[in-house]
Formats: sequence, C-alpha cells, structure tokens
Amino acid sequence: MSQPVVELTGICTAFAGNFVHRDLNLRVEAGQIVGLLGGSGSGKTTLLREMLGLLRPTAGSVSLFGFNLNGSDALAQRAVRRRLGMLFQHGALFSALSVFDNIAFPLRELRCLDEDWIRRLVHLKLAMVEMEASHGKLMPAELSGGMVKRVALARALALEPELLLLDEPTSGLDPDRSQNFVDLVSGLQQALGLTVIMVTHDLNTLAGLASHVAVLADQRIIAFGPKDEVMSVDHPFVTGFFGADRRKLL
Amino acid sequence: MSAPPRLHVESGRVLLSGHWTLAAMLPDLTGLQAQLAPQRSVDVVWDLSALSRLDSAAAVLLWRTWGNAWPARLEISPLHRQVIERVAELPHEIAMPPALRIHPIEFIGSLLLKAGRNLQGMIVLFGQLLLDVAFLFKHPADIPWREFTANIYKSGAQALPVTALVGFLIGITISYLSALQLKSFGADIFIVNILGISIVRELGPVLVAVLVAGRSGSAMTAQIGVMRVTEEIDALSTMGISRTIRVVLPKIIGLTVAMPLIVLWASAVALLGGMLAAMLQLDLSFSYFIESLPRALPVANLFIGLGKGLVFGFVISLVACYFGLHVKPNTESLSSNTTSAVVTAITTVILADAVFAIFTRHIGVPQL
Ligand SMILES: Nc1ncnc2c1ncn2[C@@H]1O[C@H](COP(=O)(O)OP(=O)(O)OP(=O)(O)O)[C@@H](O)[C@H]1O
Ligand SMILES: [Mg+2]
Repeated sequence: MSQPVVELTGICTAFAGNFVHRDLNLRVEAGQIVGLLGGSGSGKTTLLREMLGLLRPTAGSVSLFGFNLNGSDALAQRAVRRRLGMLFQHGALFSALSVFDNIAFPLRELRCLDEDWIRRLVHLKLAMVEMEASHGKLMPAELSGGMVKRVALARALALEPELLLLDEPTSGLDPDRSQNFVDLVSGLQQALGLTVIMVTHDLNTLAGLASHVAVLADQRIIAFGPKDEVMSVDHPFVTGFFGADRRKLL
Repeated sequence: MSAPPRLHVESGRVLLSGHWTLAAMLPDLTGLQAQLAPQRSVDVVWDLSALSRLDSAAAVLLWRTWGNAWPARLEISPLHRQVIERVAELPHEIAMPPALRIHPIEFIGSLLLKAGRNLQGMIVLFGQLLLDVAFLFKHPADIPWREFTANIYKSGAQALPVTALVGFLIGITISYLSALQLKSFGADIFIVNILGISIVRELGPVLVAVLVAGRSGSAMTAQIGVMRVTEEIDALSTMGISRTIRVVLPKIIGLTVAMPLIVLWASAVALLGGMLAAMLQLDLSFSYFIESLPRALPVANLFIGLGKGLVFGFVISLVACYFGLHVKPNTESLSSNTTSAVVTAITTVILADAVFAIFTRHIGVPQL
C-alpha cells in the first residue's frame, strides 16, 4: 500500500536533558504485525505514547494514517484516535467502572449503538479474552493481574480498530492464555487486516504473531524488517536477546 | 481508504459488499439499518461472499437482522462465517442485575446505619492509636519523629499565611460592623470586649478549624487514600511497619499539636485587624486597646480557645485519617471519601464547639 499507517521521522525525545530517542525513524505499513523489542527502560512505552499523541516528541514528527496528530484540530484528532486501540502496560482500566462498563465505554462514546447491541458486543469481547460473562460486574480492583490485562485488551479491541498498540500484552498471562492471545490477534488480523504494533519480551508471542520486528537500542531503531532478517543482524542486543532461542523462532 | 458497506437487493438475493466494519458503518448507520430492516422476514438468499471485511459489530447487526438464527440460505466465506459464529454462540438473554430501587425511609435508615458504623470505626481507630502510644512508650526508638515533625511543618507552619490573611480580614470586618453600632450608643470602648471575647474564644478556633479541615484534612484523606489505591499501605505492612504508627499517628499528633498554635496566631492577627479598624473608625489608640484588653478578656478565654484548638485538631485529623483508611481502591471512592472527610470534620467541629459553649458558659465571662 502507498500510505504507511504509522510514520515516525527524526524523533528525538529528551527528559530533563537525557535523551531517550535520538533521530529515530520507523515506518509501519498497513497489515503488518510489528514486534517492538528493546531493553527495559530503552523507551518503548515512551515511543508508543508518542504515537498516540499523549506525549510530544522534543523534535521530529509523528503521523498516523497520514495525519499529523500534533497539527490537526480536535475533531480530526478524535476521528484518528477512534481508529486505534491501545493496551497500556498496567491496564489503565477506569477504576470507578465495572469490567462491563469499561469495555462498553468506547462503544457508548460513539453515541449511535443501542444498549442491546453494546451488551452483545461487550460479551463477545469478554468471550474473546476468555472471561466469563459473570465477570462483567467485577470492579477492576477485584481482578487478578492477568485478568486486568485481558480486560484491558478487550477494551482496546472494543472498536476493532485498524491500528492496535499493545504494551506487553502477554506479560502476566499463563502460556496457554498467551497462545490463545496469539490466536485471537492473528485471527482478527486476517479478518480485519489490522495493523499491530506490540512491545513484548516474550519469544513465543513474537514467534507466533509478529510479521516484522523492530529493535530499539542505542536510542534508535537499529533494525526493522521481517523476523528472520532482523535476527541475523549483528548487534549485541539482538544476539543477546535471541541468543540460544534463535532456532525456536524459525 | 476503506470502501463503504453496500447492500444490493435483486430478485430474492441480498448482496453485501465493501467493508462491514464499525468505522465504515458509522457515517450512515441509521440508513444501513433502515435498508436491512425490510429483509428481516423475507425468505431471501444472503450472499456475503463479496464482503471484504466483517467485524463483530457488523456481525451483531446481521445476526439481529436475521432474528438470532442462521438464515436458510447463506453464502459466506469460512473466515467470515467464523466471525458470525462467535456472535451466534452468545447466550441470547444475558441477565443483567435489576436496577435497585431504594425507598426513602430505607435510604434514611441506611444513612443512619452508615453514620453509626463510621462512629464505631473511629472509636476503634482511636483505641488502636492508644495502643500504639502505649507501645511507643515501651519502645521509644520506634517513635516516628521525622514524620511527626514533617506533619507539623506541613499542616502547621505552611498554614500560617492563609490563616493570617483570613483572620486579619475577619478581624477588620467584625470591628468595623460593631463600631457602627457602638457609636450610636456612645459605647465605643466596649469594642475591646466584643472583639476580645468573640475572636479569642469563638471565632479564632472555629475559623481556623474550617480552614484546616479544608486544607490539611482533605490532604490527609487523599494521601492515605491514594496509598490504599496503589497498595503502598500493603507494601508498608509487608515490611513490618505498622500503618497506624507510621502513617496515621504522626498526622493526628502533628495536627493536634499544631492547631492550638495556629489558633493563637490567627486570633492574634485577627485582633490586630480589629485594632486597626477600631483606630480608624473610633479613634481608639493601639495603646488604649492593648491596656484594656486584659481587663475585658479574662485569661480563661485564651485557655478555652487553645483547648478548642487542641480538640478540633484531633477531631479533624482523626476523621480525615479514618476516611482515608476506608477508601476503596477506585477513584470514585477516593473523591467521595475526601468530600465526606471534610464535611464530617467541619460538622463535628461545630458540634464540639456547641458542647464547649455549654460546658464553659460560666467560665471567663467578665462580671461588670
Ligand atoms: N515522564 C517521564 N519523565 C522522565 N523520564 C521518563 C518519563 N517517562 C519515561 N522516562 C524515562 O524514559 C526511559 C524510557 O522509559 P519507557 O517507559 O519508555 O521504557 P520501556 O522501554 O517501556 O521499559 P520497560 O520495558 O521496562 O517497560 C526511562 O529511562 C524512564 O526513566
Ligand atoms: Mg514500558
């Protein structure tokens, strides 16, 4: 396709003079599932926040679906934001709303679906992430860590957005659930042609899901491309990360 | 980029094409629903094979159009069939909890019960504090000096400017209004009695209590509440640190010690304001005012004022800490408990003030 879904050009980010990103470039095309790798504290979450427009980079530009998030007016921004879903690293569920209302929230915000429709969609999403319908009445504080992750994923999927940003979606899930997550997202990707950018440290998720891999190290994207190409890059982080498990991925 | 969803009806066939996704349907959702509705009951062939995308919102829409059952004749790709199968697997009627309706009398009753529970909880907290104090007597090394002094600074020293400002303005206002009345009776010099008694005995403590409840009380509830929300309180307990000794006790003792001092300060500044207004309005000199103050204001009033400060400080911090400890881990409960803490603290202070007024009615009133 001609237009990239996400395009980052010349991103620099500094917190109080400390550079997290320096002249970083990334271009993600529609339909790709990109695994974003990088050491802890290397600025992966920060990069996702910049894609969402929650944080303005010190220099450089971010465009989503060809829109510059920082430049356009409020209505255009809202239209763009409806086309993406984000799973935050720590869930970021609305603590005052029940699980059901958390997932229903983005649907209700559209103001054109009736309650029966919303109810069915919410239960569908709950089933997708393997939560029981009866869990809908629980409050976020009453959930286990992995359940928080799954509800947050259900909320991110509520609108079945074109672009899905996932920050460590499978950390805190058992291997079975991780595998189901992989199946779920790849199923959705086939049906809807989603674009996914996910931060993960889990090799199985990466192996099962990612079509492309981007490696964030030395404050830039040092490698971006199909999985097998990136694995053969000669960089201490890449060799260290894949290490002995290199074969598992192929 | 996305092709709009299309519906084409021809001789017993309903042909769907384009992107049937929520985002693509949104611009003309009502139009689409109106187009689908007439096909509901008719026996037609549903041809979904030309569909390029189908998401679950659209699947729900189709499923509802079909009356919650598969149509007799359907042409669809396996991938899209899967999407609709997921919708089909949902139970039809998912029981939602019925909305609770509360009778007004029941509401009042539950309110009273809640108030009773809160009172009981505060007494329990107070008992716990007494046990903690006894424990600290035996283990003086565990006394949290740092937290204690930090609290005196935060709720005491940092409250001085605002209490001074408000006290000064109130002093001026009362003095000015009384002066207008007194002048017409020719009883100018009684301004000293009026200001002295009203400010030192009554207004100073109550005014400061209201300000401090809003300022430090809410801060205490919010801080302890957020510590509950983020599980910091639990982290403290795991390290073997008592939450009441480390978090609650320093706040309560800190404010109990600081309040009389703030009351003294605020009353002094209010008297200064009153003195200034009296000088401008009644030509009463500073030196006359200061000389006659001890005669007009028996020293017992000062002790009553300070005693009120002590009690009010204790009440405000106890209420604030109690509500903070009972925050449920969500934002709604945090905000409602902070509100309850301030409202309850101020109400209790006024109540305590009335009790003080009754029990000290024979003390400190100058006999003329
Ligand atoms: N708001 C902030 N203010 C100051 N520094 C920040 C801020 N947010 C992030 N940082 C710093 O930026 C760096 C990158 O943080 P980020 O959260 O993006 O890491 P990460 O790659 O997501 O790590 P992890 O894998 O552990 O989640 C860290 O060194 C962090 O200290
Ligand atoms: Mg992170």
